[in-house]
Amino acid sequence: MTIAGNLTELTAIELRDRIASGSVSAGQAARAYLDAIAAREPALHAYNEVWADRALEQAGAIDARRAAGQDIGPLGGVPLAVKDNMCTLYGRTTCSSKILADFRAPYQATAVDKLEAAGAVILGKTNLDEFAMGSSTENSGFGPTRNPWDTGRVPGGSSGGSAAAVAARMCAGALGSDTGGSIRQPAAFCGVVGLKPTYGRISRYGLVAYGSSLDQIGPLARDVADAALLTGVISGRDPRDSTSVPRDVPDMLAGLDSPPVGLRIGLPKEFYSDALDPEINRAIHAAAELFKAAGARIVEVSLPHSRIDRDAAGKLSSHAAACYYIVAMAEASSNLARYDGVHYGHRTAEKCRDIVELYSRSRAEGFGEEVKRRIMLGTYSLSAGYYDAYYNKALKVRRLIKNDFDAALERCDVLLCPAAPTTAFKLGEKTDDPLMMYLADIYTVSVNLSGLPGLSIPAALSAAPSGAPGAGLPIGMQLIGPVFSEPTLLAVGRMYEKASGVARLVPPMAKKV
Amino acid sequence: MSRTIDETIVRHIGKLSRIELTDEQVATFGRQLASILEYFDKLTELDTEGVEPMPHAVELRNVLAEDSPGVSLPTEAALANAAQRDGDFFMVPKVIGDSQ
Repeated sequence: MTIAGNLTELTAIELRDRIASGSVSAGQAARAYLDAIAAREPALHAYNEVWADRALEQAGAIDARRAAGQDIGPLGGVPLAVKDNMCTLYGRTTCSSKILADFRAPYQATAVDKLEAAGAVILGKTNLDEFAMGSSTENSGFGPTRNPWDTGRVPGGSSGGSAAAVAARMCAGALGSDTGGSIRQPAAFCGVVGLKPTYGRISRYGLVAYGSSLDQIGPLARDVADAALLTGVISGRDPRDSTSVPRDVPDMLAGLDSPPVGLRIGLPKEFYSDALDPEINRAIHAAAELFKAAGARIVEVSLPHSRIDRDAAGKLSSHAAACYYIVAMAEASSNLARYDGVHYGHRTAEKCRDIVELYSRSRAEGFGEEVKRRIMLGTYSLSAGYYDAYYNKALKVRRLIKNDFDAALERCDVLLCPAAPTTAFKLGEKTDDPLMMYLADIYTVSVNLSGLPGLSIPAALSAAPSGAPGAGLPIGMQLIGPVFSEPTLLAVGRMYEKASGVARLVPPMAKKV
Repeated sequence: MSRTIDETIVRHIGKLSRIELTDEQVATFGRQLASILEYFDKLTELDTEGVEPMPHAVELRNVLAEDSPGVSLPTEAALANAAQRDGDFFMVPKVIGDSQ
């Protein structure tokens, strides 16, 4: 085992502590990760851009600060990655869209500012479904990311690049964004920890907008403690985002080993129909048993408007998914109106008669199919004659969904449910049927509609698929709590890690050094 | 699955969305949009009589900022990504008058 292999196996906290104590330099850490990227990136395509020179420069600055006896910060020298829908002053910000292929942001996202102020070294920008619209990272304008557990499968999405990079030890942690499950579902598919914080906990300034009432930045990490560290660093009110909430940020690490006394865990009965993959169903119930053995009380709760069923044709059926996609697409159609071929982004090379033709042709050339579908559906649901039937109706259902969660969370501290209805599916399996792809988010969308925090952690590994070598695939589970209950969610997640021993899962490809 | 959206409606949505569509896309999107809208129609099963619409997750009201001047994006930075510029202006094709 080489030194590089050892370094990339450390968690962010362990690595930070070694750098702070001087037993490892930030330069060594950055080089170890750049080596891992060089080895595995060709098979995975987790990154849109790798900032090798810049990362080594940042690492050198951290080492110089330490040598001068200065504080290096809570992330001093830790190599991280950032989803490519967050604006950065260095490099490009493409959202994995051809329309922004050459875009260089004139300002930087607050969350990235905070990482850098905490001493993080940024390794590069990770791949995503174009404008974060998708559940597999296959909608990227620059080619799909592959799952490090099985490169024939998707990493989930839309933060698939970040999840794959964390799982494959190509960064110590990463930022993602979650509009309907885009952190939690890829975390589940790749066997890492992902947190969608409470809406308003983290500034969205510099996060390229998709569904503004739903979008939230959050961490993808090797374990719960790392997720807590990253969440603490990026949280807080920001005057540049008026939807960020003016509320003190608690120490996310302080109570990590003290879950609530008399912990009550709610199982929403509507999430455990025969629509759920039996192996995932068993894994989540086994997790509930483990919590029970550790002293928690299990209560059955009800989320009637988030019910998941199969219809007569066997298709997954969910009012919450319908509600979510209407709201998200309506907001997207408005947010993406800014790509006009004038202020920034792709402009058609063809000669246009007038400005409308310039807009329409530039957008036709720049946007991918899924983005076009969502803009068109959003436009339709907001248009005269359909506004009440679709958009306004969805906003009313949204309140019913949120009321269900409020009532359920009166009866328990956290909800326990799957993060996704299946384990990672094969590339190409759902690309011909957009609706099938939407249903990959069926367990996560309600949380965004309600503004609640949701933590996705590995529950178990599935049995190895027949014919596949080695390990099975990660099965994720989700913990959901009331607004601003991140410390509780993290403590309960940590409790499961300790009780189950399921933590820091290593995909076979990352074991080869 | 059999439902489809009329071609003229798809073209109209494309126009409102400012996205040029090929004939092939009109046909494909017509089918796909119809199947997705059919799924959305599920919401009609729910009684929402008297329910207040919820446009936002956190219902903050009247977020006010001090009316004090701050640093704005410099003109050069704002124009740096423009496809075409003329001095301090963004350039676009002629908007009014004779479009020939």
